[in-house]
Amino acid sequence: MVEPASIIVSIRNLSRSFGNVRAVDVVDLDIYAGEFLTLLGPSGSGKTTVLRMIAGFERPDTGTIELGGKDVSQLPPYERDVNTVFQDYALFPHMDVISNIEYGLRIQGVEKGERRARAEKALAQVRLEGYGSRRPAQLSGGQRQRVALARALVNRPSVLLLDEPLGALDLKLREQMQIELKELQREVGITFVFVTHDQEEALTMSDRIAVFNQGKIEQLGTPREVYENPLSPFVSEFVGQTNKIVMDGRNINIRPEFITISKSRKFGDRSVIGKLHDAIFVGATTRYLVHTELGQTLMSTQPDGEFSVGDSVTLSWESKKEFLVN
Amino acid sequence: MKNSVSTWMHKRPKLRLTALLAAPTLWLVVAYLGALGALLITAFFTIDNFTGNIIAKFNLGNFHDILTDPAYRNVVLRTLGIAVSVTIICAVLAVPMAFFMAKIAKQKSQKILVALVLTPLWASYLVKIYAWRTMLEPNTGVMDWILGPIGIHSPGFGGPAIIIGLSYLWLPYMILPIYAGLERLPNSLLDASGDLGARNFYTFRRVVLPLIFPSLVAGSMFTFSLSLGDYITAQIIGGKLQMLGNVVYQNFSINLPFAATIATIPVAIMAIYLWLIRRTGALASL
Repeated sequence: MVEPASIIVSIRNLSRSFGNVRAVDVVDLDIYAGEFLTLLGPSGSGKTTVLRMIAGFERPDTGTIELGGKDVSQLPPYERDVNTVFQDYALFPHMDVISNIEYGLRIQGVEKGERRARAEKALAQVRLEGYGSRRPAQLSGGQRQRVALARALVNRPSVLLLDEPLGALDLKLREQMQIELKELQREVGITFVFVTHDQEEALTMSDRIAVFNQGKIEQLGTPREVYENPLSPFVSEFVGQTNKIVMDGRNINIRPEFITISKSRKFGDRSVIGKLHDAIFVGATTRYLVHTELGQTLMSTQPDGEFSVGDSVTLSWESKKEFLVN
Repeated sequence: MKNSVSTWMHKRPKLRLTALLAAPTLWLVVAYLGALGALLITAFFTIDNFTGNIIAKFNLGNFHDILTDPAYRNVVLRTLGIAVSVTIICAVLAVPMAFFMAKIAKQKSQKILVALVLTPLWASYLVKIYAWRTMLEPNTGVMDWILGPIGIHSPGFGGPAIIIGLSYLWLPYMILPIYAGLERLPNSLLDASGDLGARNFYTFRRVVLPLIFPSLVAGSMFTFSLSLGDYITAQIIGGKLQMLGNVVYQNFSINLPFAATIATIPVAIMAIYLWLIRRTGALASL
């Protein structure tokens, strides 16, 4: 699926400041053709600024952005072979859906018949057949989202940039769109660069994740690498939940779902005993908060079991699941 | 109880509405509609040519005179031409100005720019028009003094002077609604257009202009109607040129019904203008 050899976007030394704030602070990043890359980070971490510089809405202070081997960092947006799906969708309110989708093709001078055919096909691709004559105001948030997607994809860009496109949707729709987006990306084979602050979204959809913090990339890797082997405390806390344990004079980090809770049995080569302080039922799993003999409260996320608050329990885990041990 | 009055009022929504709207309704009905009604009725009266007294009888004579006398038709067309020119000049100047204010200038300077656009409105109308008189005075005016050496001369007093003066006076009324319209226009729409391959002029024509059209219409209603009704500017820098307002002014003391008839013309033109605008659908999104 992903040919690591073919780099479509190559970012070197990229920096951008707004006033005294270094929004993007010396970023290097290679994006492979056909991959789904997510820029993940809290707000203000620089991920959106990087995206906007790839699109051409912002100029870098220093550094270069190569698109298909050509330096585009000083080119205006309309001379770059990328298209963007905006956070607020940015559909033109005075045009109907089909004119919105045809907008880019019209500028390219695509002849009318072909234009219409391609726009209809894009509309079908996002499963909105028959909505062409509606105005954006007559659509729901999810439908607008799809139109924005179709409007960008119809131009067959070499890279599609998505700026928190699911942020305004409710949870159910967001989860559905995550799967649809991923499928669509496989279908069209276009490189997707996706910006989000939602770690679950990033883990669900991405081939690779670049975790941003304070204008820098803290870690770049597959979802599994980033989740199971975070290289910094920031990454471990931002992506998933982490128990920070001080044990035998060492700092240990372990995910709550790798800690087994039981009355007295041990599962794994590490264990600690404690008292069950609280059990929070969250559906598929239950979060157990245990006051341990170490003086720390640890969280264990496990299927619901027969424990009552106040019980003495044993927490255990495999030491190989620990990370950032020092 | 402290709140007894509000509690009592709270249970009587109709009384609350009456209290809220009594003053504005009274004002609207008596001062505004009343005056307009009186104007319309008077327009159909005539005067006794011998005594000069008003004859309060329904009569279409005034309208007949105005429609058949080419002198009056010329005044109507001239006034219309001036109002249209002023509106076009204001729009052409205001759109780039408002665009700079709303989309390019920094947040901090935006407020200063709005204040600067408003400052001319603080000065008296008369002062500004007399200032233009000094500017445009042939041979001795500021314009001839500064631009004369490079061959540009004042147009003198007349139609062009009126258009310059009125455009200057009403420009803020055009800038402000367009500025407000552009502020409401999300920047992401401009980004999206560029992202889809549009150069700036294409974006302006296909995205910005259609979306600020209602604001342009709002501004034009000010510049157009204010120009239609003006007579002081024509009096001060118009030379011998007359606008509708001047004819009203001249006839006011000698033939009041005729002045009233003339005064209905701008009202009728405005009504037609609003009707045309309504057909474009721009009023619906104001």
